[in-house]
Amino acid sequence: MGELLRLATAGSVDDGKSTLVGRLLVDTKNIMIDQYTAVEQASAARGLDQADLALLTDGLRAEREQGITIDVAYRYFATPTRSFILADCPGHVQYTRNTVTGASTAQVIVTLVDVRHGVVEQTRRHLAVAALLRVPHVVVAVNKIDLVDFDHGVITEVCDQVRAVGADLGIDDLTVIPVSALLGDNVAEPSDRTPWYDGPSLMAYLETVPVAVDDVDEPGRFPVQYVLRPQSGAGEEFRDYRGYAGRVERGSFSVGDRVCVLPGGRRSTVVGIDLPGGGAGRSAGASESVTLRLADEIDIARGELIAAEPVPEPVRQLDATVCWLDERPLRTGDRLLVKHTTRTVTGIVTGIGGRLNLSTFEEEPAGELALNDIGRIGLTLADPISPDPYAESRTTGSFVLVHPQTGNTLAAGMVS
Amino acid sequence: MSTTTTTTVTSVDEAGTSRARAGGDHLDALENETIHIFREVTAEAERPVLLFSGGKDSVVMLHIARKAFWPAPLPFGLLHVDTGHNFPEVLDYRDRIVAEHGLRLTVEKVQDWIDDGRLIERPDGTRNPLQTQPLLHAIAEGGFDAVYGGGRRDEEKARAKERIVSLRDAFGQWNPRNQRPELWGLYNTRHLPGEHVRVFPLSNWTELDVWRYIVREGIELPSLYFAHERRVFRRGGMWMALSPVTAPRADDRVVTKTVRYRTVGDMSCTGAVESTAADAAAVLAEVAATTVTERGATRADDRLSEAAMEDRKKEGYF
Repeated sequence: MGELLRLATAGSVDDGKSTLVGRLLVDTKNIMIDQYTAVEQASAARGLDQADLALLTDGLRAEREQGITIDVAYRYFATPTRSFILADCPGHVQYTRNTVTGASTAQVIVTLVDVRHGVVEQTRRHLAVAALLRVPHVVVAVNKIDLVDFDHGVITEVCDQVRAVGADLGIDDLTVIPVSALLGDNVAEPSDRTPWYDGPSLMAYLETVPVAVDDVDEPGRFPVQYVLRPQSGAGEEFRDYRGYAGRVERGSFSVGDRVCVLPGGRRSTVVGIDLPGGGAGRSAGASESVTLRLADEIDIARGELIAAEPVPEPVRQLDATVCWLDERPLRTGDRLLVKHTTRTVTGIVTGIGGRLNLSTFEEEPAGELALNDIGRIGLTLADPISPDPYAESRTTGSFVLVHPQTGNTLAAGMVS
Repeated sequence: MSTTTTTTVTSVDEAGTSRARAGGDHLDALENETIHIFREVTAEAERPVLLFSGGKDSVVMLHIARKAFWPAPLPFGLLHVDTGHNFPEVLDYRDRIVAEHGLRLTVEKVQDWIDDGRLIERPDGTRNPLQTQPLLHAIAEGGFDAVYGGGRRDEEKARAKERIVSLRDAFGQWNPRNQRPELWGLYNTRHLPGEHVRVFPLSNWTELDVWRYIVREGIELPSLYFAHERRVFRRGGMWMALSPVTAPRADDRVVTKTVRYRTVGDMSCTGAVESTAADAAAVLAEVAATTVTERGATRADDRLSEAAMEDRKKEGYF
């Protein structure tokens, strides 16, 4: 069984993203007969003469009624070599919110450009979000090439435009693929109507792009989620057991490692790595859920960080870039909850440093951040957190802002 | 009907040690994520509970939950909404698992609601849609603020839009148009008094992943997931079991077939498929080769309309 790849797709209005996703599912034979039949029936009921593949993905009643996609939908497909989790991010309503959500966990993001329109405002926004959230691999599918008769000149011009925007944004790993989602050209199979294109089909790309991140040499980070102390609940053998359950969020840990517990700064040694359900491991790498035991009887609670050298500095002042996701704007002086790894602290917004203009990619002054704005802010925290810069770690450098009363998620944050 | 338990019982502890933890395998990645969700939500919630029907998804969910908190006992109890139309094998299995692991189980019975008039039996006899009110009542009575469910996003189109941690208002309702964005692995479990969160730790698993995991971990399932002989009749393209709640009509021909179930819901609307798969590995092989979704094949309630599941979920269904 193969690797797992987390993928996000983002598109603007009517650029054929749902059709592309439907095409990927159909061409990789990940659509069952009853699902396809339902789509054919629904398409026929609307007077269409071929199956509208977008109907495979638009799940909510309002979406089908309005012919639009409202919310991020998750799709699953597999090939003999890989399993894919696809976060399908619509371009209609709250597009930045949706794209940020999908991009936050994606290893690959695929965004679409309608070849007839070239790079538009939303393309720039999607690529800016991909760059900002540091999605490791970025693909732009230049779609609807059938509608320009597969014209080499027209398509190449748009591909070059896309590459120029990618370069502006500092995206290192950008791949441009000309496709027709409707007809399947360069989606699952290379097209013979684009003989001048010698790159991979979208599917071939997705099956071969490297996903394993080799970060075993990076410093270990283990936010404590839950303290396991069964006391009398699990028999005599475990009466004195004390383990710290969590997930390795960066680097790796081995038995014998010297560690520091933050924000307090106490030091100890890893004496055991217990696997879920029991059994001992020698080491644990990124994304593994394990339980660490330490040599010293120190009192550690949820929200503390077990870290290896070099350890991050606990801070009560934070500079960060945030994507504001709430209707009510963010203002200086706002009091919010900051959730960073397993730690939630109160924060006050001390200043707004500027808003990113997504057309020019320049920062402009801003008194507040409105829905879908991306900007820099300063925060003062009631209790310290110990983050890494987001540029070094997407897991230990990210946080969310939460409304202290309603509990709503207000912003995605990245530590500068 | 013949019922034999065909998988071997493997304890959580043995399963944990019997495999190498290769970082690249996608079942390991899914299990790691599910454990992370259980630990996050259980740490932040006041009073979590796990919905346990004895169906394979809830069985896998319980298996992983026990692993997540080993060696401590499971830090929450189980809740089952009994439609009164459950397969007896599944109820036996449920009670045995609860006793074996020393778990706490609360059962809310739809039959009680029908008997005292709070609910009215539907003309079609199907009780799945009737579960919502008893479920919400049991959640309120128990003071549960985080409710683990075995729903998977690959099951159905409305489920594909659901968050892993999904807020329910004071009426238990889901608002699909105003869901909280779910960023990185940072789950937001906050809610106002009276609200609760539904949590779907298996969100990213597919049916095939679930079966692969059952095989890998040697997890025991209720016997009707495996091929057995049963008296059945054809209804709506499905094989329905002869039972107190599924009477054949005069023109229905009752035959004996070797069948298994892909889902184990309300007997009155859950059909069987013809199969000779007698153990989990054989079922896995069939699932891998199948061309029809599990709900499409055997769940009449989801065929009611294009948005049947969305409508039920908005009201507070699983």
